[in-house]
Amino acid sequence: MPAGMMSALALRLGAWPRARRRVIGRLAEAWLLPILALGAALLLFGGFVAASGADPADAAALIWRGAFGTWFSWQNTLQKASPLLLTGLAMALPARAGLMVIGGEGALVLGGLACAVIGASLAGWGESASAALFAQATMLAGGMAAGALWLMIPGALRQWRGVNETISSLLLNTIAIAVMNQLVEGPLRDPASLNKPSTPPLSPALMLGHVPGLSVHVGLAFGLVLCLGAGVLMQHTRFGFSAGVNSGNPRAALMVGIGVGRLVLIACALAGACAGLAGAVEVAAVQGSATASLAAGYGYSGILVAFLARHNPFAIIPVAILLGGIEASDGLLQRHLDLPDATVAVLQGFVFVAVLAAETFSGRLSQWFGARHG
Amino acid sequence: MADLGTAGVALALFGGAIRASTPFLFVSLGECLTELSGRINLGLEGTLVAGAMSAYGVSLLSGSPWLGVLAAAGTGALLGALHAGLCSLARVNDIAVGIALMVLGTGLAFFFGKPLIQPRAPMLPALHFCVGCHFAPLRAALDINPLFLIGVALAFLLRWGLANTRPGLVLRTVGDSSDAARAMGYAPRLVRLWATMAGGSLAGIGGAFLSLYYPGSWNEGLSSGQGLIAVALVIFARWRPLACLFASLLFGAAGALGPALQSIGVHQGSYLFYAAPYALTLAIMIATSSRRHTLAGAPGELSVTR
Repeated sequence: MPAGMMSALALRLGAWPRARRRVIGRLAEAWLLPILALGAALLLFGGFVAASGADPADAAALIWRGAFGTWFSWQNTLQKASPLLLTGLAMALPARAGLMVIGGEGALVLGGLACAVIGASLAGWGESASAALFAQATMLAGGMAAGALWLMIPGALRQWRGVNETISSLLLNTIAIAVMNQLVEGPLRDPASLNKPSTPPLSPALMLGHVPGLSVHVGLAFGLVLCLGAGVLMQHTRFGFSAGVNSGNPRAALMVGIGVGRLVLIACALAGACAGLAGAVEVAAVQGSATASLAAGYGYSGILVAFLARHNPFAIIPVAILLGGIEASDGLLQRHLDLPDATVAVLQGFVFVAVLAAETFSGRLSQWFGARHG
Repeated sequence: MADLGTAGVALALFGGAIRASTPFLFVSLGECLTELSGRINLGLEGTLVAGAMSAYGVSLLSGSPWLGVLAAAGTGALLGALHAGLCSLARVNDIAVGIALMVLGTGLAFFFGKPLIQPRAPMLPALHFCVGCHFAPLRAALDINPLFLIGVALAFLLRWGLANTRPGLVLRTVGDSSDAARAMGYAPRLVRLWATMAGGSLAGIGGAFLSLYYPGSWNEGLSSGQGLIAVALVIFARWRPLACLFASLLFGAAGALGPALQSIGVHQGSYLFYAAPYALTLAIMIATSSRRHTLAGAPGELSVTR
């Protein structure tokens, strides 16, 4: 924005009451900053595409068409967004309580494994509709429980041994993936799976269906409901308020009598349950069994989703849909412009870097709106 | 090799450990340097993969694998500079930047590496330490790659340089207390920039080993997460370069144990052997942390220890 325009804007704002200016500043920060960063990332990407010999305008049009242009591409986008909603929550919930837990990948893998094992042992329940529903609920609950228990480990170690939760959860990711691979190739292996070891496939009656009216699996509904629920929990309840106090100043949280240990454990357990549910859905709605491809990086993408949403559960929804849209457009880019499939990963990388860098201006915009001419 | 029994396993384990530990050695030395300056780089996985790709590409185009290694170091330094630049901005989280650069680095590597999957680039030569011996397993075990030896020399050099040279002391001062460094007239941001660039170039060389020596090809599944887990090795080594060497050998040996045992018909457990050092790292963290401090021996400015 040119300086002249800025000062003209500031003059007009100067006539407004301070409270309203502050609200506008906050809105500008919440929306203007990410949108500008997104624009910068798209410009960078355009230059990148042009340098590799394709037309950036074509690429932009294709990404739009592949992500949001048609009803079909919307469904594809929502499908790609649904695991990110859940793994984003897995990062955001502990972060709201002051913990940087990056163990979503491990919790997802173990949640998927638990779901596959429970589903295989309940294979006979697929015969009647009500029993199948009960079996599905058990599978999903098992996945959530596995993830929750797994992510409670870094929370508990942090709280009672002072072990850094970021590093311990990173280690736990590696351990969880190794355990899953070992079990899938060993005791839990379906003898019929030859080249790609997997657990026995779920009976078709136990597979999860679509959201009514869409061709997107119900994982989307779980993700949306949990994001909304977590948003309410974090912004409108005593639990969320206590979490905020603990993340801002742990000593103050202890001083005012918040049960910090319980708070941290619950936040981690909720996070693990979300990631475990993502894994369970991946097994029960997409892959049909647990294989090494469960560790596809959704957990790590979720970390960035949460940071882009500034750990606000409501904001995870648009961020996940945006990133899902970018992922959904890769087929079109490949077919029409002959760009490698990694093109969308490059675009995602630019988006992450630009939005994270823009974070440095946060606080300055609202300060500018609030403090000038006041 | 079944008739060789335990001797065969030991030889296969020795050779395998050296092979598997080389990328660990470079990423852990790089991460160690970066962390000693007071910053954590979780993005070395992206650096490793981008280094592997650029090494393969440059080796293919120029015909010289050593130019490829140089290119990998350059790519790593660039990504390191980007990490340092982003992290030096106020309110930008270094953990998030690391993960973002992991996505960007691997994305760029896969993008530019697409045409490199088919052609064969010149590989780094092996040094034959078993001149004139005819016993095949022994010869294979003693064919040592030059990058490993360079890495070992580097570990000793860093051990000496960090304790006895001016740059080494400045680096450690910045890592332990920005304020003290500033008071002495050093610019912590600049020192961290250099340290992160040096760390990135080492991680890039680790990637060059993957694409130019073992497994010695370029494809999208080349790395098995050595860059991501560099942080664990550095904690295991307690920020000491020589200990990084031993940690790399241990982690490499644990990964090589499964394949070595397969030669005598033991097929179970290779994933668990591979994961054992990570569980051990976690156990060490639990044992040495307490409610009052986390990670004894860590640089004071490191965000993950506060």
